[in-house]
Amino acid sequence: MMKILTTLIVTGFLLTAQSASASPAVEALLKVYSDAGAGPFSAEAGQRMWTEKHNHAEAPLERSCSTCHTSNLADSGKHAKTQKVIKPMAPVVNAKRLTDTKEIEKWFMRNCKWTFGRECSAQEKGDFLLYIQK
Amino acid sequence: MKTYQKILGVVAITASTTGLLYSATVYGDDDDHEGGFGWFKQSKLDVAPVENAVYRAECGSCHFAYQPGLLPEKSWRKMMTGLEDHFGDNAELSPEVNKNILDYLVANSADKSDYKRSKKIAGSLKQDEVPLRISDTVYFKRKHNEIPARYVADNKDVGSYSKCAACHTRAEQGSYNEHEVKIPGVGRWED
Repeated sequence: MMKILTTLIVTGFLLTAQSASASPAVEALLKVYSDAGAGPFSAEAGQRMWTEKHNHAEAPLERSCSTCHTSNLADSGKHAKTQKVIKPMAPVVNAKRLTDTKEIEKWFMRNCKWTFGRECSAQEKGDFLLYIQK
Repeated sequence: MKTYQKILGVVAITASTTGLLYSATVYGDDDDHEGGFGWFKQSKLDVAPVENAVYRAECGSCHFAYQPGLLPEKSWRKMMTGLEDHFGDNAELSPEVNKNILDYLVANSADKSDYKRSKKIAGSLKQDEVPLRISDTVYFKRKHNEIPARYVADNKDVGSYSKCAACHTRAEQGSYNEHEVKIPGVGRWED
């Protein structure tokens, strides 16, 4: 009984903590992903995937999120081909990030295909959102 | 002569000189030498500057926002139907945004524009030619054929002809005047 109670309290605390820092756009998307059967989401999993390398037949042969965005979310990145500067991903240094659900989904679509060679699952997207918003 | 007349005279001379210099700077064409006072008749810049916020945001977030007047309508139509493989990148857009941007590109494409270089680019293409790269057009090649590889492809600060603004200091404004060219690590380019 005590165990269940503790779990409930901890879960409740985690959920509150999560939504306290989440933007309305992130909250809305996490709900969509949960409704699709995904979750619970993990920032650690998102971070792990961020630097995971994927092989491709065309250059760059090894791709990860960090190829363009670097492995520090607070840093500016660079487009692999055009070298155009990409502003930091972390909302704490770039307030425009994670504020628009359409924008977020658009970039998931494009960048998951470029990096993984396929679309990301609801689980992966949720994990990424938690990692990026930290 | 009264003082105010003198001042007026100086002002008039300065103004007309400045005007002439301005015309020559803005409209003077690089090496076309089309005879006469070509620059004097020119009323439009090289290509129309980008004025569509959606286009600038969607396309300009990954690369230089090429002016629509740099390619003909047929090129833009082909480009916008193949965004899932956009020079090796996925640049997919929602159907609504895609249409919005395509409409803008088509309305301002090289063959619909009366800007100087747009007309030349459109005029340099064969009927069945549908270039997806501006650097594949005959006009572009002719304008860049004297530039050695070490200035562009082998120049770490340039790397490719796709980066217009790396050398054309006023490319953003739609100006590709030769006198405004500054090649990183090399300096001004005059032929």
